[in-house]
Amino acid sequence: MTAKKKSKKTKKTGKAKKPSKMKQMLRKAAKTTGRGARKPARNLKEARDEDLVQAELEFDETGSAPVKDRDKRVKDEEQDLRIGVFVCNCGTNIAGFLDCKDVAEYARTLPNVAFVRENLFSCSEAGANDIRNAIVENKLSRVIVAACTPITHEPTFRAVCAEGGLNPYHFEFVNIREHCSWVHKEIKEDATEKAKDLIRMGVARAAYLEPMEPITGEVEKVALVVGGGVSGMTVCLELAGRGFDVVLVEKEKQLGGLVKHLGTIHPWGKKGADYAKDLARRVAGQRRIKVYKSSTVTDVKGFIGKYSVTLSSLKKPVTAGILILATGAEPLIPEGLYGFDSKRVITQLQMESLLAAKKLAAKKIVMIQCAGARERGRLYCSRICCMTAAKNALFAASKHRADVTVLYRDLMCYGMDERLMRDAKRAGVKFINFAADEPPVVEGGVVKVRAQVLGKALELPADLVVLSTPLAPAASNPVLSRILKVPLDEYGFFLEGHVKLKPLDFSTDGIFVCGTARWPATIAESVEQATGAASRASTFLARGEVKVEPIVSVIEDVEGCRGCGLCVAVCPYGAIELIETDKGRKARTIEVACKGCGTCGATCYKRVVRMNHFTDQQLLAQVRVAFKK
Amino acid sequence: MLEAGRHPEVEILAYTDVVRMKKKGRGFALSVKKRARYVDENICNACGLCVAKCPGRAPDAFDTGLRKRTAIYLYFSQGIPAVMTIDPDSCIYLTKGKCRVCETRCDKGAINFDMKDKRMTLDVDAVVVATGLDLFDPSPLTHYGYGRLKNVISGIQYERLINATGPTGGHLYRPSDGKLAKKVAYVQCVGSRDLNYCDYCSSVCCMYSIKDAMLAREHDPESSSYIFHTDLRNVGKWFQKYEKRAGEEYGVNFIRGRIAEIEEDGNRDLTVWYEDTTEQKVKSMKMEMVVLATAAMPSKSAKGLAKTLGIDTDEYGFIETRRGAPADTTRKGVFACGFCKRPCDIPKAVSQASAAAQRAAAHVKRCVPV
Repeated sequence: MTAKKKSKKTKKTGKAKKPSKMKQMLRKAAKTTGRGARKPARNLKEARDEDLVQAELEFDETGSAPVKDRDKRVKDEEQDLRIGVFVCNCGTNIAGFLDCKDVAEYARTLPNVAFVRENLFSCSEAGANDIRNAIVENKLSRVIVAACTPITHEPTFRAVCAEGGLNPYHFEFVNIREHCSWVHKEIKEDATEKAKDLIRMGVARAAYLEPMEPITGEVEKVALVVGGGVSGMTVCLELAGRGFDVVLVEKEKQLGGLVKHLGTIHPWGKKGADYAKDLARRVAGQRRIKVYKSSTVTDVKGFIGKYSVTLSSLKKPVTAGILILATGAEPLIPEGLYGFDSKRVITQLQMESLLAAKKLAAKKIVMIQCAGARERGRLYCSRICCMTAAKNALFAASKHRADVTVLYRDLMCYGMDERLMRDAKRAGVKFINFAADEPPVVEGGVVKVRAQVLGKALELPADLVVLSTPLAPAASNPVLSRILKVPLDEYGFFLEGHVKLKPLDFSTDGIFVCGTARWPATIAESVEQATGAASRASTFLARGEVKVEPIVSVIEDVEGCRGCGLCVAVCPYGAIELIETDKGRKARTIEVACKGCGTCGATCYKRVVRMNHFTDQQLLAQVRVAFKK
Repeated sequence: MLEAGRHPEVEILAYTDVVRMKKKGRGFALSVKKRARYVDENICNACGLCVAKCPGRAPDAFDTGLRKRTAIYLYFSQGIPAVMTIDPDSCIYLTKGKCRVCETRCDKGAINFDMKDKRMTLDVDAVVVATGLDLFDPSPLTHYGYGRLKNVISGIQYERLINATGPTGGHLYRPSDGKLAKKVAYVQCVGSRDLNYCDYCSSVCCMYSIKDAMLAREHDPESSSYIFHTDLRNVGKWFQKYEKRAGEEYGVNFIRGRIAEIEEDGNRDLTVWYEDTTEQKVKSMKMEMVVLATAAMPSKSAKGLAKTLGIDTDEYGFIETRRGAPADTTRKGVFACGFCKRPCDIPKAVSQASAAAQRAAAHVKRCVPV
């Protein structure tokens, strides 16, 4: 059906008397997409776009939902819709850049708004009490907070609404800080107007908000840990110690990871290999831990609570409730750097082995820091190399009476390891600073460097050059990232949910990360993270169930679904499956896996997908008032 | 904070000190003293009517003394629990026996001058120490002139100045004359990496100074910043990228060298004398304000608390932990996380907090694996 015909039809039913501005715009859009020219739809996407335009044209002038989807319940409720609007000053973060009083006054004039209040901090306990009391005293049926970002405070305000007896999904967040005051600091008047626009849109959407209940899923009380290094083994021991079953997958023939190659661990004085052996022995002695060596993860299906993991060494998949990545990192092999030959120019890791085997013969040693790090292509600092160099230099100088010089850019012996550097200096190790744009040159048995602090070019004789190379992301990271649908950062390390506040979680529930898979870390830091990851995982394992936000997609019109599978193909979370019914193939959302991103809804050309909490009518209600004062 | 405060399974005892700890069964009997705040926590809703009329004054500790607060006060606007406190040292009634204005202003009757310190005993299975840090007082380092020169301030004071809810509403008005500071020096390693004071690296100053310098530029595009550093220890996730961005996009200048002396002229501007170690030259530069990145140390009360809890600390008061189990202290059932055990940044502290929760949970279940 063409736009022209359709508009005639709506006229007949007497719905639209004069086409609104938006309708005109949509019609124009319809024409440019070829509909007006009555061209046949060329492909699925085009057909879908046309359907969308069509559906939007079906809106009537008063701006309520399309006739065919109108939710009767919402309409009934509209009679006694009482919206409360709370305008937060955020100290001066908002109030300093726009006129909150004016904004609050304006909110009072909006339809269905029954209560308006300005708060210094809506997120403070006093602010929260204010909202809770207002809900009860003014019989509010919707709450809008115009403040900051939902990322930090939406859960808080939803909970406050619940305490006031409101369904938490009857809450609407309007962002007038990040989206307004902070970005329009110079233009107070315009910022104030924009805040009003945003609140008007929020009020329009709030009218269509629907109550929802969280979705509960069962959690299999088994954790699967990928990687059997210090981090992986620590996670296993911690979880098993609390009575949870654990499956440990290690790609190598034996457990231990990188640590088993290390010489002495500072400051314990324990051998790396011994530490690895101790941990491995304890893992072997724990009946709750099942270890699969020489195995890799080849496929993962499922979602939080119920993952089905295929291993390269097993025919039958393993079931687990949560997954923990402890895949570690790999020291960079400095091919082509400073004449690296594994004999006279070696890496710090090879140095560890020499020291561990007591085979260090060299008497004049030069160490070069940041070999392959903090430069174009690998901009990051690998965090642990300066301490490793200081430790090995200290051993070589004190135990082997070697003459050791460490060439560095910035000496990253942070925290208490400042003392390690000082101990090395006391033992006679020389630390010489060079500039990033003047790296040392290794020529035969001599290292040439311009010492920045001395302002002198030096030639240091060396029977052994040791390169401190950075830890690089494990080669398997991209594969795991693809299988598990968890992101990597720009360097190839796993990207946690929040760099500061959620360092061990992924944004996908049910998968955790720890140790050097996340970022280079010392052994103590890896153990801390592993213990922490065990705690994060146990919050799901201990409960045995998971509560998920009901903001998920729903195949609303099952009749209309043709089972084409487009939504299954585009879903980034594997949260839609196709099932056989007596009426043919149909799509179905796996609710606990769905993140509510809306990709399926945008893709479905039959428009049978409904996005909870972001329904067409909710969004279009917002769009309609966006430019209407 | 609000989340912890509202969590049904978390009870917060603010304004409370641990007095004694005794072994009791598998766990401990913890004696605590809840200090009298002279305001009923269950009634007060922090409306602020009392504050408007209170005549008592004291330096505001939260604003690092940059402004004064009343004797009845809210520690800070988002503080939990959101109730007023009467500071007995500056309250006119509690020091001189006359006033009680707040009592007349409070229409809820929340003020209670008869309140006494309350002792309680809590039966607990495990204890987690997370007492954080205090900052080094840079006054003994006389060459920086902190305390003597008004426009030399500490990093935490700068944080309050640049904060929108701070005493200057987020503007860098310098303390001497209220002039907007346009050229600011940030000095690293003030008290840290110093054998006379803190012989360790505080771990967080390089990054927060860069952040501070970037904030200054965001507030005022004409401002310029100079960071005087030793090594720039930006070792965390994406920190190098951040440092690069500060230099390239925010025009932050990095100078490798420590400041030897700061002189003040008639306009209260500051001349900083320093050695540029990359050129081996002594140079000077005029600044409008100097910010000292002071060393972070364990909280002043950490040593005393450690003694009460029967756990070991090092000479600075950092809590000693067990090898291979970094959340465990030297006493079974007592755990630690955050800056109180070693210098750390936020992501590390958050990881450690989860680790301490894990160890405590395991202990409570009486099946500690290590």
